[in-house]
Formats: sequence, C-alpha cells, structure tokens
Amino acid sequence: MSPLSLALFDILLLVSIVVLAWTALTSADDRRSVILFMAFGLVVALAWARLLAPDVALAEAAIGAGLSGALLLAALRELPSAVPSSGQALRQRATQGTVSVLSAALAGMLAWILTAHFEGPARDELARAVATHLELSGVSNPVTAVLLNFRGYDTLLELAVLLAAVLGILALGPGRAAYRPSGPIFDALARWLTPLLLVTAGYLLWVGAHAPGGAFQAGATLAAAGIVLRLAGSEWIGLPHDGAVLRLVMAAGVGVFLAVGVSLLVLGRPFLGYPPAWAGALILLIESAATLAIAATLVLAFIGGRLPTEADRKGDAVTAPAAGAGANPDPSDNGEPRPC
Amino acid sequence: MLTAQWLYALTGCVVMALGLRTALLHPSLLRRVLAINIMGSGVFMLLVAVAYRGPDLAPDPVPHALVLTGIVVAVSATALALALARRLARERADE
Repeated sequence: MSPLSLALFDILLLVSIVVLAWTALTSADDRRSVILFMAFGLVVALAWARLLAPDVALAEAAIGAGLSGALLLAALRELPSAVPSSGQALRQRATQGTVSVLSAALAGMLAWILTAHFEGPARDELARAVATHLELSGVSNPVTAVLLNFRGYDTLLELAVLLAAVLGILALGPGRAAYRPSGPIFDALARWLTPLLLVTAGYLLWVGAHAPGGAFQAGATLAAAGIVLRLAGSEWIGLPHDGAVLRLVMAAGVGVFLAVGVSLLVLGRPFLGYPPAWAGALILLIESAATLAIAATLVLAFIGGRLPTEADRKGDAVTAPAAGAGANPDPSDNGEPRPC
Repeated sequence: MLTAQWLYALTGCVVMALGLRTALLHPSLLRRVLAINIMGSGVFMLLVAVAYRGPDLAPDPVPHALVLTGIVVAVSATALALALARRLARERADE
C-alpha cells in the first residue's frame, strides 16, 4: 500500500471513530446508541489491526464490540430510559459547560504529554527484554508470553477480577428467563453457528501459542456460542446443571493458575516461574482452564444472574425464584422485564 | 516521531474526553456505562499507539498485553454495572 493511500485510510478511520463515538454518546435514543457503540467497537478493532495489534483486534471484536454490545442490548429493555428533569436548566447548562471545558482540557493535556513522549528518545527496554527472553517463555507469540509468563501475576489477578464480578452478578438475584424457542430460520442458523464457534474457540486457544489468539479470544468465542444457544431458546446452554460443578468451572481459571504457581513454589521455583522445558505445556493447561472459566463467566453475565435451580424448574414460574432468593419473595421477581 | 502514531494517540485523547463528558453528564445509567466503555477504548487507543513502532518494526507487546487485560476487565465491570442497574430498576419499580 502506498504511503498516500495509507494516510488516506488512517484519516478516514480516525474520522469515523470520532464520529461514531460522538453519535453513540449523544444520540437521543438508547437503542440507537447501543448499536452505534457496537459499530464503534468494530471500527476500533480495525484500528488495532492497522497498528499491528492483531491480538487486541480479535479481543476487541469479540469482547469489546460483540459481548459488551450484547450485554447492553439485553439490558436495554429492562432499564428505564432517562427522564429529563425539569427545572434547574440554568444550573445544568453551567455544569455542562464546565464539564465540557474540563474534559477538553484533559484531552489537551494528554495530547501535550504524548507529543513530548513521542519526541523524546524511543523507550523500548521492555520490548527488547521480551524479545530476548521469548525463547525461554514456552510460546512464540510475544503477547501470550507477556500475559501468561512474564506478567503471569497480572493475568491471575485479572481472572480474579472476572470471578469477583460474576459472583457479584450471581448475588444480585435470578437471571433473565430464557427466550422463547426460535423459529426454523434462526434455529437452522444456530445449528450451523454453534459448532463453528466451538471449533473456532478451540483453534484460537491452540494457535495463541505462536500466532494471534489465546485464552481471552477463545473464551469470548465460546461465550458467543452460549449466547447464540440462549437466543435460540435454550435455557441451560450446555452449562452444567449441578451448581457445584458450575462453580468449579467458574473458578477453574484462578484455581488452575494458583495450583500451578503453588506447585512450582513447592518444587523450589519462584511463584509462577515455569521451568523453560515445561513452560509451553503449563501455559496451555492454564489457558484451557481460563478459556472455560471466561466463557462460563461471560455467559452468566449475559443471563444476568443465577440460573434457575431444579426447584425453580419444577415449581410455578411465578413463585419459583423465591426459592433461591430467600429474603426476597417478590412474586414479580421472575426475571421478566416489566413496564415501569 | 511517526505521524500515524501521533494521530491515533490524539484520537484516543479525543475519544476519552468525549466519553468522560457523557459519563459525567448523561441522566441515563445505560448511557453512562456505555460512555465509560468508550472512555476505555480511548485509553486503549493511546496505549496501542504508544506500542506502535512503524511498519517495519514489531510493536511493543507489553502495552498490547495491558490492553487485552483491560478489555476483559472492562467487560466484567460492564456486566456487573448493568446487573446492578437492573436490580436498581427492579427495586424502584417496586416502590
């Protein structure tokens, strides 16, 4: 690609990013806003690919645009749309002006700092350290090496954040009821799409060792398969019916990661300091567990709460959630969106 | 200094500020969560632009790993925020 057409592409891409962000943020309608946000995510994924960050592009397209968009779309019907408050118009306008000016000032300051940073000497100590030690990491994709080996601590804590978030969601009450069974067209699509997504997830997990991909992209793709099944009307979407097993799957990412770290400690190595000969296998083990945990977590996040228990399923749909909710025997608490 | 790198970083700053403004001002909870996600994308764009070292050199993988971690943390925070908002809407409807 010639430099001129590349520059043209850059400018088109950046203008569409800013315009999509602006319209998503200021659109009067929440639904339109969410759809514009998904488009924004996909265009941003294109920008990551342009900046030679294919791992990030994959994650952004699957998680940033896909799953976040699905979460927001599912929440649309259940959240009240904003009520414009009357009165205090003048004060509101003053607040708006102040916030806009301060936000613009922050952007200006950041841009100024960045310009100074770019004009200075290139700082690439970390990049060189990664390149030097890549052979010892057990994988040949530098991003996977940083995530699972050199900075394994960060990824362990990240999985803990994911686990904490899903525990919070489960504590907030029952999830949405499953959608009604799909018609023949979507049903046929789901039959094609689900196995394709499963194979893609397995491929991304495996290929992450030496090419763009890895546990996060694979987990998100697996979760997408779950969401497609859910949209087609499946209630359990292949998750284990037994609550204890489901909890084990959710904790598998953190659990296996910790188990590997502690075992290495017992064997006299530093925490998460893999022996180079074993590093590749250990990383694959941790990533496989993380993929399952991430997928289960994201699907539960989409459902937005507990899965129905056996008691819920046997009982009347209206009173069922009270069995698990305990202190909250709200008869209308069946996860259905209600008019407000 | 690479012009492309600077342009992408600058766009990141603009997108972050736009998101911040809406996150602080908009009355709708859903829109605020969306705005915080857009702010995050701006910050990620900054980091990826800093990692870029021209078409001939491999980019710095460390910021890429940071952004990947950030994307996953952002989606878990979004999911928790939306679950909280949903519960809040339910409580308010009961009043």
